[in-house]
Amino acid sequence: MLSVEGLKVRYGQIEAVKGLDFTVAQGEIVTLLGANGAGKTSTLAAIAGLAPATGVIRFENQKLIGLRPEDISRRSIALTPEGRRVFPALTVAENLLLGGAMHHKGASLDATREEMLTLFPILRERYRQRAGLLSGGEQQMLAIARSLMSQPRLLLLDEPSLGLAPKIVDEVFRLIAGLRQKGITILLVEQNAVRALDIADRGYVLVNGRITLQGKGRELAQSDEVRAAYLAA
Amino acid sequence: MEFFIQQLVNAISLGGIYALLALGLAVVFSIVGLINFAHGELMTVAGYGLFFAIGVSLGLPIAIVVAIFAAVAMALLIERVAFRPMRRADVTGLLLTSFAVSVILRVLFQNGISARGMPVPMPSALAGSIDLGFAHIGVIPLLSIVATAVSLGGLLLFLKHTVVGTAMRAAAQDFAVVRLMGIPANRVVAVAFAVSGVLAGVAAFLWVAQRGSVDPLMGFVPVLKAFVAAIIGGLGGLAGAVAGGFVLGFLEVACQAFLPAAILPYRDAFVLGIVILILVLRPEGLIPAQTGKRS
Repeated sequence: MLSVEGLKVRYGQIEAVKGLDFTVAQGEIVTLLGANGAGKTSTLAAIAGLAPATGVIRFENQKLIGLRPEDISRRSIALTPEGRRVFPALTVAENLLLGGAMHHKGASLDATREEMLTLFPILRERYRQRAGLLSGGEQQMLAIARSLMSQPRLLLLDEPSLGLAPKIVDEVFRLIAGLRQKGITILLVEQNAVRALDIADRGYVLVNGRITLQGKGRELAQSDEVRAAYLAA
Repeated sequence: MEFFIQQLVNAISLGGIYALLALGLAVVFSIVGLINFAHGELMTVAGYGLFFAIGVSLGLPIAIVVAIFAAVAMALLIERVAFRPMRRADVTGLLLTSFAVSVILRVLFQNGISARGMPVPMPSALAGSIDLGFAHIGVIPLLSIVATAVSLGGLLLFLKHTVVGTAMRAAAQDFAVVRLMGIPANRVVAVAFAVSGVLAGVAAFLWVAQRGSVDPLMGFVPVLKAFVAAIIGGLGGLAGAVAGGFVLGFLEVACQAFLPAAILPYRDAFVLGIVILILVLRPEGLIPAQTGKRS
């Protein structure tokens, strides 16, 4: 579904991603692991069209590099960015509307919104409130729901558990695992390697903008290198 | 009492014009981060639109529509030709571009139309006043208040109840994420410029209705005042721009009405002195803009 070859991302003098190759197959949950500054966020930003990238990114045989973020969104790829980035002064309803307004209208939009409010009951309770007044966990739910409003086939999730209480983290990961049942393919960036590998089919470990290790989720979780470096075991 | 009410009406009508102009500046600034010094030229273009439409006897209502269309067309044109290629430029680059656009347009007006003022005859009905029982109020100030209220109300409805309007409010907070939602950046920016054009067009009509003429520098003074208003209000915030416009209008009319004749020539010095005082007390403006802008 998604294939990345020789991806480099450079911000001025700093090369954040130094040549990545990886693939995501239809229906998979794939995770990118690594420490702060390893290039995970830059990789997702490059796929979504937000970061200046070179190399080849193919999504269903279409090349993405050079397309604008709005064009990539219309090709059924959604990014839930790090730090949630909901629109704080807009209501929950307005945040959701913007997520889907360019992808479908009328009954289809209403049906998707209803689906989201059923999936995230807390958003129905807070429907008319400003997003800025929501708790961190609620904002993360809103950010994911907003991405899902476009009915993406590939969902890019950047650090969805960051800064959340353990109980909420459980909820978020249960939800991500559930999205696979709906046929959504997921590329997940996480610092919480244990949790990520628990739901992922496969994983890649990034160090300094390069992939140093890859494998099946459970196998990676058992590997000494991952345990030593990221799981602090 | 009558004097007081008349001054109050004058203050609201003048403040309304400043509010419309400041709002136009703020709408663009909140989304593009551009302080558009060519905003005054949008007003001037609208003024010439009025001049030509009335010149061919189109009647005032149609002339107003022509004026607004002229300002919107010019706003979209300068966005497309001058600002879109500079989208990635820094603040200084954008500022210089807007200065350049402003100067080029002014020279075009001077050489293409006339450096002198052109009379724009208004229907005689506008010159009169209405007896409200307790006071005589000029038709033009009343018209200003109504036009300002309608424009502000219309803009509020647009921003709250349309997808593009909602996207504009979102873009003022986080433009990158708006694009991630599949909403085209160019469309949001173009609509912001178009809105600023509508507001400049309405303000131009109200301004020309008072003065009865249009000249190439017409937009300069009111838009300079609108910058002051936008800054008093808290640059970039829409509510702040409106508040700043009315505060400035009230200050000017109050100084005009109550300063002794001997120091009246220094009215603007008094007004700006109070503005400085406001900014000393509230450096972020009356209603600081909430921008959650990220790199």
